[in-house]
Amino acid sequence: MEDMQEIIKTYVINEYVEDDSEVTYDTPLISGGIVDSFSMVSLKRFLENKYKISIPDDKATPEAFDSVNKICTLVNEYLK
Amino acid sequence: MAYSDKVRGTYQEILTGMKDAGLLKVERYIHSAQAADIVVEFPAGAALKKVINICANNYLGLSSHPEVVKAAHAGLDSHGYGMSSVRFICGTQDIHRQLEKMVTEFLGTEDTILFPSCMDANAGVFEAVLTKDDVMISDRLVHASIIDGIRLCSAMHDTYKHSDMAHLEEKLQLHHDKRLKMVITDGVFSMDGDTAKLDQMADLCEKYDALLFCDDSHASGFIGKTGRGTHEKCGVMGRMDIITTTFGKGLGGASGGCVSGRKELVEMCRQKARPYLFSNTIAPPVVAGVIKVLEILSATTERRDKLEKNTLFWRKGLLEMGLVIKEGDTPIVPVMLFNAKLAQDVSRDLYEEGIYAIGFFFPVVPQSQARIRTQISAGHEIHHLEKALDAFRKVGKKYKILGKSKQEIIEMYGM
Repeated sequence: MEDMQEIIKTYVINEYVEDDSEVTYDTPLISGGIVDSFSMVSLKRFLENKYKISIPDDKATPEAFDSVNKICTLVNEYLK
Repeated sequence: MAYSDKVRGTYQEILTGMKDAGLLKVERYIHSAQAADIVVEFPAGAALKKVINICANNYLGLSSHPEVVKAAHAGLDSHGYGMSSVRFICGTQDIHRQLEKMVTEFLGTEDTILFPSCMDANAGVFEAVLTKDDVMISDRLVHASIIDGIRLCSAMHDTYKHSDMAHLEEKLQLHHDKRLKMVITDGVFSMDGDTAKLDQMADLCEKYDALLFCDDSHASGFIGKTGRGTHEKCGVMGRMDIITTTFGKGLGGASGGCVSGRKELVEMCRQKARPYLFSNTIAPPVVAGVIKVLEILSATTERRDKLEKNTLFWRKGLLEMGLVIKEGDTPIVPVMLFNAKLAQDVSRDLYEEGIYAIGFFFPVVPQSQARIRTQISAGHEIHHLEKALDAFRKVGKKYKILGKSKQEIIEMYGM
């Protein structure tokens, strides 16, 4: 879990953060304006490729993607 | 009556909020034709004032060029005022097809289709050529009209960091399994004046079998040695799959736009693009005017050469007086002020000095990136630019920003 948290956090920072803003495992990503709705697509694709899972579109909601921890919960659901 | 006091109050509250936040846009009434020297009424009801315009997209100074005006008059006489039709019913005249062929030749593409505007071209093109099995990968600073077009298309959408070729390559790899991939960029970015790396992008698109799209609205007519656009500057003429551009800027400044590129993609637009199918054809006098513009630009590079010299003079003058500008070589030259109020104050004071230039701030540009966007024209003479530089020097001294760095300006005025 810890490894997954760090991998996803690193991806989010590299992909979306263009200044030195801090991102924690609980930082609001969508509602906080760090990841916009367009960019959720690449995040979903990254998770699917990285963890060899398929996340249904109706589960890839802004709420489910709103923090690193929430994303981990979602990914774990499909890893089972 | 459906428009009750409650409904009216709802909108009044929104508009008041915008006004209080300093976000309300106010038009300035111009009482003359578009040119380097214009006559402006601002604010509404104020005495008319003759000012130098350094914020128009009139890059080649053709908006009121006598030959273009004469050609538009002739087009009005020979082909009428309007067509009262979309293109495919009874709105296509010989001059519409003539203009499409001329644009194709000018841009070095395979075919061209006209749209009522480039906004319409961008709104319609993606939906016409892509499906849900495809992906669009766009630069994060593309123009708003492209974003609207992307929203209207069912293909997946992803972005890459502005002009970051390594990031673009990562995205092309990430989406390798898609049926079609389209990489989307502006040629010259309208707010910063920088240029897309089309040469590197064309290489990446070939490597990953992706289509390359470029909106060249702020380039057509003057970027590149013969003014063909960003693809000429980058040495990739013939390698572009789609170019969209406008006739509302350098190419005469009236209205209209187009999609130009691979003939199959253009034909897909002719069959499926909704702004083409459901909006009127370009008015005949405008078509006749753009034909004349292309004749002028194909005969000589005199105007784009003058624009290049003016741009060098202007950029050098601003740098020598110690203002912070965005680096580049295009006629879009943003003078960076970082603070929104400072940008508005400088714009107002420049107007007092007889210079018409507008402040841009959030949400048009990112927070703490407020600026005066200056745009140089072949219609400017050196005396116009010298007067404008004098005004910037005077106003810059007043606000003590000459010779100051970004950090120092932010420390003085905040972000």
